[in-house]
This record gives sequence, C-alpha cells and structure tokens, in this order.
Amino acid sequence: MMLRINGLTKRYESPGGVVQALHGVSLSVSRGEFVAVQGPSGSGKTTLLFTAGGLLRPDEGTVRAGEVEPYLLNPEKRARWRARTVGFVFQQYHLAPYLNVEENILAASLAAPSEDAPVRARRLMDRFRLRERARHLPAQLSSGERQRVALARALLNSPSLLLADEPTGNLDSDNAGVLLDYLADFAANGGAVLLVTHDDRVARRADRTLRLSAGQLENHPAPTPADQSPD
Amino acid sequence: MTIWRLVFKEILHRKLSFALGLLSVVAAVTCAVGATSLLAAHDARTAALLARKEAELKSQMAELEDDMRKAMLKLGFNLVILPKNQDVGDWYADGFATEYMPEDYVHRLAESDIVTIRHLLPSLQQKMTWPEMRRTIILMGVEAEVPKLNKSPRTPLVQPVPRGAMVLGYELSQGLGLEPGQKVRLMGREFTVQRCHAERGTKDDITVWINLREAQEMLDKEGLVNAILALQCICAGPAGLASLRSDVAGVLPDTRVIERGSKILARAEARAKVGEKAKAALERERKARAALRRERERVAAFLAPLVIAACALWVGLLAFGNARARRGEVGILRALGLRGRQIMLLFLSRAFAMGLVGGAVGYAAGLFLGARLEESLEGAAGAVGLGGLLRPGVLPAALLGAPLLACLASWIPALLAAQQDPARTLMEQ
Repeated sequence: MMLRINGLTKRYESPGGVVQALHGVSLSVSRGEFVAVQGPSGSGKTTLLFTAGGLLRPDEGTVRAGEVEPYLLNPEKRARWRARTVGFVFQQYHLAPYLNVEENILAASLAAPSEDAPVRARRLMDRFRLRERARHLPAQLSSGERQRVALARALLNSPSLLLADEPTGNLDSDNAGVLLDYLADFAANGGAVLLVTHDDRVARRADRTLRLSAGQLENHPAPTPADQSPD
Repeated sequence: MTIWRLVFKEILHRKLSFALGLLSVVAAVTCAVGATSLLAAHDARTAALLARKEAELKSQMAELEDDMRKAMLKLGFNLVILPKNQDVGDWYADGFATEYMPEDYVHRLAESDIVTIRHLLPSLQQKMTWPEMRRTIILMGVEAEVPKLNKSPRTPLVQPVPRGAMVLGYELSQGLGLEPGQKVRLMGREFTVQRCHAERGTKDDITVWINLREAQEMLDKEGLVNAILALQCICAGPAGLASLRSDVAGVLPDTRVIERGSKILARAEARAKVGEKAKAALERERKARAALRRERERVAAFLAPLVIAACALWVGLLAFGNARARRGEVGILRALGLRGRQIMLLFLSRAFAMGLVGGAVGYAAGLFLGARLEESLEGAAGAVGLGGLLRPGVLPAALLGAPLLACLASWIPALLAAQQDPARTLMEQ
C-alpha cells in the first residue's frame, strides 16, 4: 500500500467558528492505482490532499506513505521526504513566471539535487511534448502546456505518490484528456495517484472514485467512539 | 538549477524592485564612503597645507636669519676681543684700542672648538692724521675673515680690502671729494678708492679701511693686531655671553671680551619673537584644521548612521514587498520539498547580491562625492585628488558591510517567507 490514511480529522478556526474540514477520513491508495476523490467545493478535498502530502498536519488520524509516517518527522525531514516521495499538481500550475519551461521543471531539483536532473528534465520535456518550448516563459505557453510543465516538475524527482488538485480545472477537454492520460500512465507504471476533483468526467477516468461530502467520505462514515472501542 | 540562478532570474524579472533596493544600498554606502573620503581628503589637504606653511616658515626664518646677519654688520660686532692690558675706558672713549696682541691669536681662536663664534675678523686700528690730506682719521687695517675650522664655511659678512685699495667713511669721501676709482696717497703710498660708505653717524664716517698687511707695514706693527672682531655669535642671553667669555678666556688668556649685549639681545629676542609668532600662526592653523575636522566628523557621525538606517529600513520594506509578491512561488517551492532555510537563502542571496553591487557602486560614488564635496567646501586649488581620498580598509568594508546591511535588513522578511504555511498559501491561491 502506497498511501494509507486513517481517521483523518482537520478543523480550522474561523471568525464564524470552528470549521470541520475533514472528519474521520480513512482511505488507501495502492501502487499502480489511480484514485479520484470527488466532491463539491468546500467538501475538504484540498485539505485531504495537503494532509496526505505532508503539507498540513491533521488534528487527528494518521497518514502513512510506504513505510513513513510524515507527521512523525521533523519539518526538515518531512520536506526531504516530500521532495523524494510526493509530486503535487495544482489547478493554478504555480509556475515561476521568470523561469523558462526547463528551469521551472528543474526547480524541483533544488529540493532533491541530483546530477542527472537535467537529463531527466529533458526526457520529461520530450515525453510531454515540451522540448520545443524549453526556453519559453510560462506567459508564452498555452494552459495545456503550462499544466504539462507543472506535471513534469512534479515528476522530476521520480515520486511514488502523485497528488493532483483539480489539475484539469483550467483545461479544455482535449488538454484535460491528455493530462489524465499522463496521470493514468504514471499509475500504470507503478505510481500511486490521488486526484481530487468536482468533475464527474475526470473522476470517471480513475480506477476508483471516492465521494467526499462535508469532510466525510460517503459509504465510509466517520468512526463513532463505539467503533474505536476495542470491544 | 541552483539557488543563485533562481535569484539571478528573479532579479531580472523584478528589476524595479531590485533597482530600488540597490539604489538604497548605493545611497547608504555612498554616504558612508563619502563621509570617510571627505575626512581623508581633509586630512590630506591639512597635511599638504601645513607642510607648505612649515616650508614657508622655514624659508622665512632662513631669510630672516640672513637679514639679521647682514643687519649685524651695521649694528656693530657681537664681540670685540681686545688685549688684556687695554684700558676699556679709553677704548670706549676713543672707539679703538691702543694696545696690541699677536695676530696669531685669531688663528688660535679659529682652531678652537668654540662653536658659538662664527666670523672672525682681525683688525689693526690707529687714530692718526692723514698727512697728505691733513685730516684726522682712524686707519683700520682689515683682513679677510678667518674661517672657523670646525664649522662648514659660511658666506663672509665683510669683503676684504685688497692691497692698494681703500674704503672711505662718509665724512672723508664727502669732505675730500673722493669717489671710487680715484687714486689717492696715504703716508706716501698710493691707493685706489674702492668704495665709499654711506653716512652711519659713527666713527666709521672718519675711518679709512685698508688691507691689514699694508696697515701693519705702514704702522710698523707687523704680526700685531689690536682687536679681533667676532661676528654673529650665537650667544643670545646673559648666560650665553658669560659662557662664551669664559670659553674665549680659556683659549686666549691674554685678552678680554667686550660684548655689545643690548643690541645683540634685542635683535635675538626680536628674531625669536618673529619665529615664535610664525610658529604660533602655524599652530593656530593646525588647531583650526583640527576643529574643522571635528565638526565634519560630528556631522558625518550623525548623518551617515541616519542615512544608513533609513536605507536599511527601505531595503527591509522592499524585501517585505518581494516576499509578499512571491508567496505563491514560496508555497510551491515548499510543496516541492524545499526546506525553510533554502527559502531564507533564496531571499538572503538576493539581498547579498544587492549589497555587493550596491557596495561596489556606492564605493565609487562615495569617492566621487567625497572629492566633489571637498572641492566645493575647500576650493579647487590644492584639491587632493582621488589618491588623497583612498584609505585602506574602506573598500573591503564597503564590499562586506553593504551585503551584511542588506541581509540584515532583509532578514525578517526572509524569515517570515521561510516560515509561511505553504498549505494555507496554496489554498488561498
């Protein structure tokens, strides 16, 4: 099992009171599996993704990726773990506007330096049909190209877990299809993909779809105190 | 990809923000280096000014001393060495000695180690009637100065009278209608008038100067003199004269020393006073320059830290703005796995680059400003130039201090950027 989440709870303090973003969420993603979590806005999808990626410490519950529980690591080690294990793809791409395509991809190597990073970057550019755009800035790219750059950046350090937050939200259907193909391909090659989306069409491309509503997975209600009793 | 490359590209992307920060660092370094350069230029100009004035003073003193030496001749001799049996009362009354001593005495004195006597003139004087002209005269035989052997040669104060020549006092030349070049007879010998003195109002006006040897022959006093004139003795003050008198008595026990104390002292004191005044003027100049320097130091000590603090604040505010503008970028970099200290390094490297460039540019601008300011405050004449502005340690201080200042000013923004919650930032965006 690549990712195992158990009893995840996350609350936010807000001026209007406490917001329960996640409530006893448990799920697992195996190597080679492409799992989609579908839910409306505000259902806790992004919180779930960030928590799974070691970016947001849960209030309760555990996250285990492979043999590692990232929240048991100190921030330095957790960052290193994230650099080696997790790849993030976001709806907004988050590309540095002043770096060209190749440099944006290589930015991931700052977190996990390796001598063959430039070679891997070029391979990824070839694979995602970005080679001719290597010297272009993000502002000179189409949405689909930008998202492919973001995906290449996420894959540069050869992660085993890919976390995607509405990655097709800004793409037309053709580009969305291409991107989903890549994600499926990543899973088919032994990676684990956890994608959150509100789009049915995207969710249908996954091997398995879970529905998140008001911080709880449907058909996977939060455990009651009685459920947690040893008896 | 390296942090430096990322920094470099970001600087190129946000040129205005970097340029504003750079300008601020340049202003701070310019102010600090300018103040230092101004003080360095002040010191260099002061040194040159004082050196020039000291040289002028030295030259003035030398000129004054030369004038004094010449004036001594008109005033009379510093010392008159007379035979011991000479009646001083007669000497004062007649104005010349009537006793004799060996001419060799002057050579003994010259060979002595008395360093306070400079010019030695042996003379033979006698009051007599000029038979051919029927005039009362004082005949004075003089010789060239006898050099002091233990001292370097000095310019002679009096010119010797050659054989066959005579020099006439005013009364004689006027009364007898004699002029230089004319032939005249004295005690049967023919002389050519070499020079006629202007009126002095002393017995010199009725004196005839001829060569000492001729005078000795004419007066039948071969090998004798009756006075040795010691000119321009360094014997200012009663203690000096007493010491000199004792020294001369040690060498020539058969003589007595008469000094022209009051005139010597007055002149010596006048000379000393002129020297002291000149030295005091120099000291006043030195103090005025030091006071001006303190004033400039005071202004610099107030202004430079103020400008540096203001610039540091501005750099800090710009760094805050930069960190704020890059929140999303920092968020994604953290999501990619960059550690907090790498994020800090990202911002501090930018500040370091700003400081390094600002330090170099500011140093050059500071030198220029210092030179211009110094020139406008003190005038172009005697400007010290770039060489006078350079001080060891200022360039390294600028190149190290400016990056340090920029990094310190950017420290808090960099720390806040490094500590920002990436999840929250990415969610907000």
